Amino acid sequence: MNNSDFVRQLPGSNRSISSQRTISQRLRIDIPLLLLLLILSGVGLGVLYSASDGSMDTVIRQGRYLSVAFVVMLLVAQLHTEQLQRWAPFAYIGCVMLLLAVDFVGVGAKGAQRWLGIGGFRFQPSEIAKLVMPMAVAWYLSTHPLPPSFRHTFISLVLILIPTGLIVIQPDLGTSILIATSGIFVLFLAGISWGFIFSCLGLLAMMAYPMWEFVLHDYQRQRILTMLNPESDKLGAGWNIIQSKTAIGSGGFEGKGWLLGTQSHLDFLPESHTDFIIAVLAEEFGLRGVLLLLLLYGLIVSRGLWIASQAKQCFGRLLGGSIILTFFVYVFVNMGMVSGLLPVVGVPLPLVSQGGTSLVTLLVGFGILMGICADERLVHQ
Amino acid sequence: MTRRQQLKNTHYERRVYRHRVAISIIFVVTMISILIARYGQLQIADYNIYKTHSDRNRIQLLPIAPKRGLIFDRNGVLLAENIPSYTLTVVKERLESLDETLAIIGELIPLAEEDIEQFRKRLSRRRPYEAVPLKFRVSEEEIAKIAVNRYRIPGVEIDAQLVRHYPHGELFAHVLGYVGRISERELDEIDPVNYSGTHHIGKIGLEKYYEELLHGTVGYQNVESNAHGRILRVLERHDPQPGGDIHLSVDAYVQQVAFEALKGQRGAIVAMDPRTGGVIAMVSTPSYDANLFVNGISSADYNALQNDPDLPLYNRALQGQYPPASTIKPIWGLAGLQYGMVTTATRIADPGWFTLPNDSRRYRDWKRGGHGYSVNLEQAIVQSCDVYFYELAYRLGIDRLHDFGARFGLGVPTGIDNTNERSGILPSRAWKEEVRNSHWYPGETISVGIGQGFMLATPLQLAVATSVIASRGELRAPRLLASVDGEKVIAPLLGRMDDVPDAYWDAITQGMEQVVASPQGTARGLKAGLTYRMAAKTGTAQVVGIAAGEKYDSSTLHKRNWDHALFVAFAPAEDPKIAVSVIIENGEHGGSVAGPAARKVFEAFLVGEPKTVPTPMDITPEVWVDE
Repeated sequence: MNNSDFVRQLPGSNRSISSQRTISQRLRIDIPLLLLLLILSGVGLGVLYSASDGSMDTVIRQGRYLSVAFVVMLLVAQLHTEQLQRWAPFAYIGCVMLLLAVDFVGVGAKGAQRWLGIGGFRFQPSEIAKLVMPMAVAWYLSTHPLPPSFRHTFISLVLILIPTGLIVIQPDLGTSILIATSGIFVLFLAGISWGFIFSCLGLLAMMAYPMWEFVLHDYQRQRILTMLNPESDKLGAGWNIIQSKTAIGSGGFEGKGWLLGTQSHLDFLPESHTDFIIAVLAEEFGLRGVLLLLLLYGLIVSRGLWIASQAKQCFGRLLGGSIILTFFVYVFVNMGMVSGLLPVVGVPLPLVSQGGTSLVTLLVGFGILMGICADERLVHQ
Repeated sequence: MTRRQQLKNTHYERRVYRHRVAISIIFVVTMISILIARYGQLQIADYNIYKTHSDRNRIQLLPIAPKRGLIFDRNGVLLAENIPSYTLTVVKERLESLDETLAIIGELIPLAEEDIEQFRKRLSRRRPYEAVPLKFRVSEEEIAKIAVNRYRIPGVEIDAQLVRHYPHGELFAHVLGYVGRISERELDEIDPVNYSGTHHIGKIGLEKYYEELLHGTVGYQNVESNAHGRILRVLERHDPQPGGDIHLSVDAYVQQVAFEALKGQRGAIVAMDPRTGGVIAMVSTPSYDANLFVNGISSADYNALQNDPDLPLYNRALQGQYPPASTIKPIWGLAGLQYGMVTTATRIADPGWFTLPNDSRRYRDWKRGGHGYSVNLEQAIVQSCDVYFYELAYRLGIDRLHDFGARFGLGVPTGIDNTNERSGILPSRAWKEEVRNSHWYPGETISVGIGQGFMLATPLQLAVATSVIASRGELRAPRLLASVDGEKVIAPLLGRMDDVPDAYWDAITQGMEQVVASPQGTARGLKAGLTYRMAAKTGTAQVVGIAAGEKYDSSTLHKRNWDHALFVAFAPAEDPKIAVSVIIENGEHGGSVAGPAARKVFEAFLVGEPKTVPTPMDITPEVWVDE
């Protein structure tokens, strides 16, 4: 008996015993995932309270965003995976058009056009692309036999490169790489050949120098240089990294205690509410806190991967797997950049950093995952 | 479901998927391990480094300037104090734009070009995070204007500090000197740590001489500050050790009397206690208000002082070098006795002139027709007979004159605890060889006999020499400082003339007493109403040479070329408590012009109870701020 068969049958058989559908099944939510997300959000609010110097207003505002995002997640969970699959091509076309619109009529901030204003309401089409990209690639690949042939792989890559290129020219290199990654995860999960993967990696390595010279903007090059040697620009770009490393390191194993982090409370730590909030946590709760946070993220990723692998439909599997792996990449990139492992690219720490838009995008992703999960259970009944 | 999907091998696809998920899990675990390793490295391995970084970030060591020691006179009159003053400072590091900030400040309060220029100079010397003073003596009204607009000018602060103030203004300027802002040159010389909180340093006079004593030792505090440099709390404080409070031997009342006595004239008075070397009064007129210099004198004020023909900045008591003229005669008389060239009974004929053997040049007596055909030492001193001392100098010779004069502290700085003292000239063969590159001529000895020629002495040196006579041979370095924080300071004894018999001292003192007491005495005008015995000697120093056969006539000379009036004295003659030297430039007559000034000083010191001087309250209100 195949292991996968065993896993598939076990929950199904349980449910067939309890002939009635549980509340979670009726509401199409995954209780363990929801609990983990709620705990993480709670931790986030606690750290934010400290990072904002005890500003209850900030915490309440973030709490409001969280409530909205969780409601949106539960609503998205009601959608059936087949519906998503049907909408995927149209969503993709719409998304590409929005990205084109940003490049032509977008609103700029700090030398980059990332926003689109519609009737006094501003939003970032690249946020939509974060979800639409894996949907489109999963849709395309799931309509063909897997592992994908070279042709399908190539067409998938074109699907990935169009929105990525449009975001690169905004310019927003960090986001475009993360969005491309979500598409590439779909390809990977679909089973593209290792030969192809390695030749792509080799090609990338060869492209690295021309990319550095001709594609990267000065500020991007500066970020990478600063990451490699923050001491070179102590008061300028290196300041952020030096201060965040100092915050993390001075936390030690035990941490300085909640609300007692000197780096953040004395304003040495930049962006302590948003991208650098992990430094506040690391300073105040020490390595213990960091390990617990990583455990939480690990559990969420495990649960997500489990849900994805339970999906019967190929589309749901590919989409769910990509969403949860991309989620992890966000965690890794954020924690890596704040600790000086990676260049600073402006990626928030999922569910902990302050901010509304990215939160909604994230929880829509988890809503999709829950929908996939519910569909699977439905099938078993 | 489409036909195409039915062609898919669902089982195979699932297996591929699970395989990829397994690889993904490995990927996730690897990445989490990398993160744990990284955070472990920062938080465990490098914990100490970052802990230090973090502490260094938030904890700043700030210097606390010590309080400068106060200066009192011998009776406790406050001569130098510290009063609060507000300074506008700028921290460059926290400015967005220096020019913009200066422009905004310039709109709010008057800001002179000079201030800005000085500020830029200072700025280049200080570190960017240090507060650099922009404007001193900021008024309360100006503080209010800055405070209201503070949000527009981050990095601009009002700094309250204690600033030196001299309540008696010009009365003590030549005694105390003054403090001023530390200059770039001084910055290289001082201990940067001890002066890290200090803006002022003694520039001249007593303030400079006792800088180390008055300054004290810097204190510091560990403060926690945020990234913008704002101090949030004090973690630890080490109080500075304040500078020593010092009492001077100077008597403010006597000083004031001496100052009044010279008012309107150019001159100097030095009074000292021959028993201790303590300086009782030291006046040089005209004087200046030392307070002008404390926070940087304006160039207009400075030019006015510098270009004043009466030279108010010139400390005549220490720096003025005058021919001692006839005031030197008692010392030469004593030399004559000591070397056996004359006795008290020796009589010398004074026809009104003196000639050297084999030389027809006549050295004239100040008195036409001379002092008679038998002048003894006492008469020579009383009447200030020039010819007697020409003859005496001739008999002694320059070598003995030099050696004996040196025992009275002439020709070298007295070693007073003050700055810029000059040494005067006690000529000798060696001196002439070195300075003039020429032999000594006998005629030059004759001039030295009446304290003219090459001979020069400062008023302070004359006071010291007079003290030596008064104390019968004790040469002391004069001292302004009497005690530090209650501990007495003794002036060093530089020499004692035990070899001179009392009889000789008696003879000289007797002669000097008769200068006042005798009807022929050159200072007989001072006798009236004297309640104590005064020993004195007058002097009149030529400013321009009068050719042989010509007569000195003040009416034909410009006032600047009139003779200087000199007077040295001590009292009471039988138990000297005070010795005085007075010089009044172009005052003409020692006895009648300089003498009364000396008598006023004696009266102030010897007669009645010690008096104090009220502290003037004419301080500008913007400086006088309650703490």
